[in-house]
Parts: sequence; C-alpha cells; structure tokens
Amino acid sequence: MTDALYRIEGLRVEVADQTRKPLFGAAPRLRILDDISFSIERRSVLGIVGGSGSGKTTLGRTLVRLVEPTAGTLIFDGQDVTQLSDDAMRPLRQRIQLIFQDPMSALNPRLTIGRIIAAPLRAKTSDPRVAAALDNVGLPRGFAGRYPHELSGGQRQRVGIARAIALRPDFIVADEIVSGLDVSSQAQVLTLLANLVKDLGLTLAFISHDLSVIRRLCDRVIVLQKGKIVEDQPVADLFTSPSHEYTRQLLNSIPEPDPSQRW
Amino acid sequence: MSGGYLTIRNLSAVLRDTGERVLRSVDIDLQPGTIRGLVGESGAGKSMIGKAVLGVLPKALKVVEGEILIDGQDLLKLKDADRRRLIGASTALIPQDPLTALNPSHRIGPQITNRLVDILGWTRRAAEVRALEVLEEVQIADAARVMRQYPHELSGGMRQRILIASAFAAEPKLIIADEPTTALDVTVQKQILKLISNLQARHGTALLFVTHDLGVVAKICDSLSVLYGGKVVEDTDVASFFNGPHHAYGRALLAATPRHTDPDASLLPVPDDVIAAVRAELGEADRQWVRHD
Repeated sequence: MTDALYRIEGLRVEVADQTRKPLFGAAPRLRILDDISFSIERRSVLGIVGGSGSGKTTLGRTLVRLVEPTAGTLIFDGQDVTQLSDDAMRPLRQRIQLIFQDPMSALNPRLTIGRIIAAPLRAKTSDPRVAAALDNVGLPRGFAGRYPHELSGGQRQRVGIARAIALRPDFIVADEIVSGLDVSSQAQVLTLLANLVKDLGLTLAFISHDLSVIRRLCDRVIVLQKGKIVEDQPVADLFTSPSHEYTRQLLNSIPEPDPSQRW
Repeated sequence: MSGGYLTIRNLSAVLRDTGERVLRSVDIDLQPGTIRGLVGESGAGKSMIGKAVLGVLPKALKVVEGEILIDGQDLLKLKDADRRRLIGASTALIPQDPLTALNPSHRIGPQITNRLVDILGWTRRAAEVRALEVLEEVQIADAARVMRQYPHELSGGMRQRILIASAFAAEPKLIIADEPTTALDVTVQKQILKLISNLQARHGTALLFVTHDLGVVAKICDSLSVLYGGKVVEDTDVASFFNGPHHAYGRALLAATPRHTDPDASLLPVPDDVIAAVRAELGEADRQWVRHD
C-alpha cells in the first residue's frame, strides 16, 4: 500500500432513528457503517459490493463528503479531509466526483446536455472542455444541444460520466451506474469506464450489487454486509477463494447464462 | 402449432396516434406445465405481450390483428365481461414491483382473499384457509400473523413472496410474471426464482416469464422468445439457444451478458451492424404487412 490516493480508517456513520424516538430525549442511534478501514490505490478501481441495506451507498456518499462521518478519518491524497469546513473542502470538490445511479433524475430536464456538462465548469456551452468531455464518452458533439428526455438510458448515463470527467477529477465514485441499463448498454458503459480509467489515469470506486459486473472492471473488491467489511481481496482471489460465507452466497446466487446447472 | 395452453398467433398492435407498429405479427406458443422466457431490451415490447393477454394494454395502443387463444378460446373475440371472467378464473400476474403492487393501507390477508371472494365467489372462510395454505407454501413462517400485517412491515423479499402466494392462490392455469425479481438482491432473487419454479412445477402451471436477464432464463425457463422492436426474432428451447443462438441478434445479446466464470471474455455491446440488420428485417416486414382492421 505505498501509493494510496484515499485512505479510510475506522469509519463509522450513525444516524438518529426517528421512528423509535421517545417523546422526550434523543432518538436512538442507528449504526449504518461500523469500523470501515480500507485504502484505494492511485489509478486503480475498487469495487464496493453488498446487498440492499448493507451501507454501500452511504459509504460512497461519505467518500465524497455528502454524509458526515460520526467517527474515523478520511485521508485524501495525504490530507485529512474528515473535518474540513465547506470552504476548505471546496477546492477538493472538483477533484472528487460522484456519478449517480439514476441518470434521469440526476440530469436537469430543462437544461440541454451542453449546459448540464458546462454547469460545474462554470463555463459556456461553447467551452472546448464540453466538446472534449462528449468526445471522451463517445457521444456526438451535436448532443450538446439536446435535452435529457431525447436520449436513451445508456446515453444519459454517458452524459453523467461526461459531466463528472469534464472537471478532470482524480477520484470518482460511481454508484450503481449500470444497474438500470440493458445488458447491451451496460456492456458499452463498462467498456467506456475501463478505457477512461486507463486513458485519464482516474481512480474509481465502483459500487454495485452485481458481482458479475464487478469482475470486468475492478482490481480490488470489498464486500459489505450490515455496515461491516466482511471481505477485502484482489478481484481474482475473491472469485476463486472467497473467504466469507456471505461472499460465497453472493457468488452462488449469480444467474450465469448456462442452462446446464438449473435452479 | 397446436395444443399450447396459451397460443398467440400473428398478433399486431399499433400506436393509435401514428399507426406505428409496436407488436409485429407475434407468434408465441406456451405449453401447459412449462416456463417460456420473453426476452429483450427495454422497449422491445416484452411487457406489452403480457399486458395484451391480460387485456390491460395502455389506451394509446390498439390490437389490429391476430388471436390470443387461452385453452382454445380467442380472447379478442369474446365480449368484455366474458373475457374478464375467463381471465379472472384462469390467469394470474406476478408483478414487477412488490411495493406498488400491494395496497399500503390494507392488511395482507384481505389483499389475498378479496380476489377469491369477490371475483371467484369463494366463501370468506374458505378463502382464508386457502390464503394460509399458500403463504405456508411460499415459506412464510407464522402466516397467520403476516396476514394481519401491513405491507410496510415486511421486507421486499417477503412482499414478493406474498404476491407469488396470491398469484397461485386460485390455482390458475396460466401465470404471467413481469420481471418479478429485478427489484431484489441477487441472494433474494435466487430464493424467489427457485420458489416460482418449484410452485410452477408442482401445480403444472404454464408460466410466461418476462425478463431482460438471459442468466435467469438459463436457470428456470424451458423455452424462450427473443424480441426486438416488437418482433419475435428467435423462438427456441433453452438448451439450443445457449448452445448457439440462430439469429445474429440473439448471439449478440448472449455475448453482452456477463459471465463471472469466464473473466477473460470481454463484454461486447450489441454491434451496430447487427442492430442495423435487425432493423432492416423489421422494415421489410412492415412493407409486406397489410393492415386488416
């Protein structure tokens, strides 16, 4: 672990459980993430896997500091960012980007694609960086004048990726970005991401519930269950020798396109 | 083609506004006691076929030709009331989203029994006994308590089990499952799929399984129809499809499906020339098609 871009130590996230709050006094605390420690090496892809409710989305949001950690330290590129104020965080924000799960609700329906990509750059749509971002994700430049509803799901997800990479970030969190897509567009988006990681030297945290997708893209995988890391392995080892029972269960449940083993 | 419990022949549906075809001369044959997968990308029309059978097509669509035969009777020629009676008695639906399919303000019990009492004329007592029976059949522990609970008190997997129980409650001959596991985790998905295929085998139900996941088809279906643009481009049994699809589009779709056991095979999107070829096929079919309405 010589060249870690992001190091997370002893991370804990708790929220107040308002459904069980007594009439007087504080609501009981609900622990979402518990004692999470891992690091992401520069120019590598980390897979974050888990079932629903395992805390993987909360972890992703904590990595981009959208969720405040209760305890633990986040060290990004040698700098402790756990307690940074909003003002101090701002220059770092453009180095850390998030791509959302549902591209339809993540893109403003009233803005053209060009304006959506230009907004975080604080630039005009004619800015060359907008065209470059569209080139990077393999969309025609003419798409800059279109609206999100004119695009297919796969194309919208590419716009989400274009918006994130236009800022030339070092680190991107991709939260279930292919789970709403057809297999064919899924294959396109995965290939695109793999190429971008290579060409732009990105570091990526790829959140997914689908282990078969993880294998294509990731170098290392952590498996979450009920807010705890139960497995942290290089991707090939995870598939050949999973150490935790839950990982074995996950692997066992993937429907392989192979009719010789029926359920 | 003969002897299927559900037989769809030459079914075409158009958009009322533009006259554009949404279903293109669809032929589907579903034998009793088997599962047929209906596969395609979004917009291929796979859900529309299920809706056409149940008679709940969106108002913007209109069936212009073809037959939907259930047990030899053409649904499209029946009067509305007769068609509803036949569908109600013989067919059930397992919907996609278990949260929106259950009424949040009613307890689970009545949501299963009301259909039996109101539509099929069972007594309330008999319906309740049957509901308990099927809930146990879908492996819900403490079924009597669950019947008094509300949907929000149950997990997604539990809710989907309840909808499956409800579908099998009246011993239907035909079940249409519309992507019943896309909202679930992989581990839960496996349990639910096993449950559906066990129940289907035990009751000898004919099951039309709408899905976009070829992996799921390989695990539980007997035969499959691959759809593109509302046209069946491949109709075959599961073993021969996975040994080598005949149609270029089927091959491309299979190549785009991830396999974790084979990490070196690269994941290929459906190539543009395959899409162009299958579109040309549709265009040719449309040119030859004469409207009969």
